[in-house]
Amino acid sequence: MEATVSNTGTEGKVWGGGNKPLSASYGKMMMWFFILSDALTFSGFLAAYGFSRFKFIDSWPIADEVYNHFPGTHGDNPMYFVALMTFILIASSVTMVLAVDAGHHNDRKKTIFYMFLTIIGGAIFLGSQAWEWTNFIQGSYGALETEGGQILQFVDTKTTADDDKMYRVSVEDFATASHKERVQHEGKNGLWYVSEPALPTYSVQDVITGFNEHSTLAVRTQEIIPNVAALKASENPADVAKAERFEKMYINADHKGHKGILTRAESEKALKDAVTYVKGANLIHNEYGNRLFGDFFFFITGFHGFHVFSGVVINIIIFLNILLGTYDRRKNNYEMVEKVGLYWHFVDLVWVFVFTFFYLV
Amino acid sequence: MAHDHGHTEHKLAIFRGRLKFKSNVQKIWGVLIFLSIVTIVEVGLGIAKPSILVDNYFIGMKLLNWVFIVLTIVKAYYIAWDFMHLRDEKSSLRRAVVWTAVFLICYLIFILLQEGTYIEDVKANGFIKWNF
Repeated sequence: MEATVSNTGTEGKVWGGGNKPLSASYGKMMMWFFILSDALTFSGFLAAYGFSRFKFIDSWPIADEVYNHFPGTHGDNPMYFVALMTFILIASSVTMVLAVDAGHHNDRKKTIFYMFLTIIGGAIFLGSQAWEWTNFIQGSYGALETEGGQILQFVDTKTTADDDKMYRVSVEDFATASHKERVQHEGKNGLWYVSEPALPTYSVQDVITGFNEHSTLAVRTQEIIPNVAALKASENPADVAKAERFEKMYINADHKGHKGILTRAESEKALKDAVTYVKGANLIHNEYGNRLFGDFFFFITGFHGFHVFSGVVINIIIFLNILLGTYDRRKNNYEMVEKVGLYWHFVDLVWVFVFTFFYLV
Repeated sequence: MAHDHGHTEHKLAIFRGRLKFKSNVQKIWGVLIFLSIVTIVEVGLGIAKPSILVDNYFIGMKLLNWVFIVLTIVKAYYIAWDFMHLRDEKSSLRRAVVWTAVFLICYLIFILLQEGTYIEDVKANGFIKWNF
């Protein structure tokens, strides 16, 4: 380490840059400072997510129902894909730490090999994240949104003897898009200073018509069913009233922790409030539930993905430098590899927390 | 490589000295195996959702969520200590980085979650119509 630090004549002095209480080089210490501040930034985002989640604790989307895709399969596969992504990132962290170790032994060939694997791991992770985003943006079932931003999803209440689960129904399966009377108003075909967003595939009336034609359908709200039996047994009259409301409105009031499914009469009433059809997600609407849910997903996983992307770019630069022999000439045991390694592990560390708070908790 | 600048000296024991490795490379693989096991346990619990962990609460949160958070911190510890070599750094550097983050993050989380709970309470029990 000492090899690159010029002799400043301050050794043994307390002030003026003397003493090295932390025994770390300048570059490494600055990387730690950066990581600390970046960790606080991510904590701010995740704490804000926690704030919104506690604010809407009784209606927040259930992660298992949102992220349930796995490449090459159909149906409900919660969590496997993100678990795989976590594993890919941890594995690329391992190849990075092996590169650092090889660098410490001045083993250029091994350092090159492990840096290469790290870059590949990062690229695979980014690809996986793109796939995850695509599914999130495209959506799978579609829903109606009310004036107040509530999401109304649809389920089939018909169950069989050995399976009492009421499955989600895609709006496309029961609604028919009516004839489009109106073209989208764009700046180029009307008033140039006025435009409107893309028109939804179905009008609210199309969906309601389809709903009325299928008598087994019901609306699923965002409200999560509490422990109704415990509320009923409560001394507090407000709790008893709440339990009665749940039993009156929902046909699955005994399914604690599930999203409430309205009775047919209540469903028809709820549909009267709907103002627009939503499929998938963007920054304003999403079919999964609370609007903030989509925003936080895009913002936090996006910010993390941007870190991974920067990490891959920096890794490539360092990789090329190793090929050119830059760090052999510096004769400091490839310390630069260790410094970018710190950043790369930090990105992995953040993902561990994002994984927990977005997908597990 | 007669003189290695003291760079290759690593502390090779984890789990408070209960598990000792012969070389740094071996320790790296050992930590990978441990982190993978923890992740598999997390995913298994997330899919199984054992009712004893879901129905019981501790300070306003399901036990299952506490288990996830503790396991996450365990993973973070081994990533920082062994992959980021905090174990091999001077304790002063380690403390400057870790305690700063721990104190500030705990404070931030306390303030925001406390406030979120309060607003939820107003929404649920106050005279505000939000479902329309």
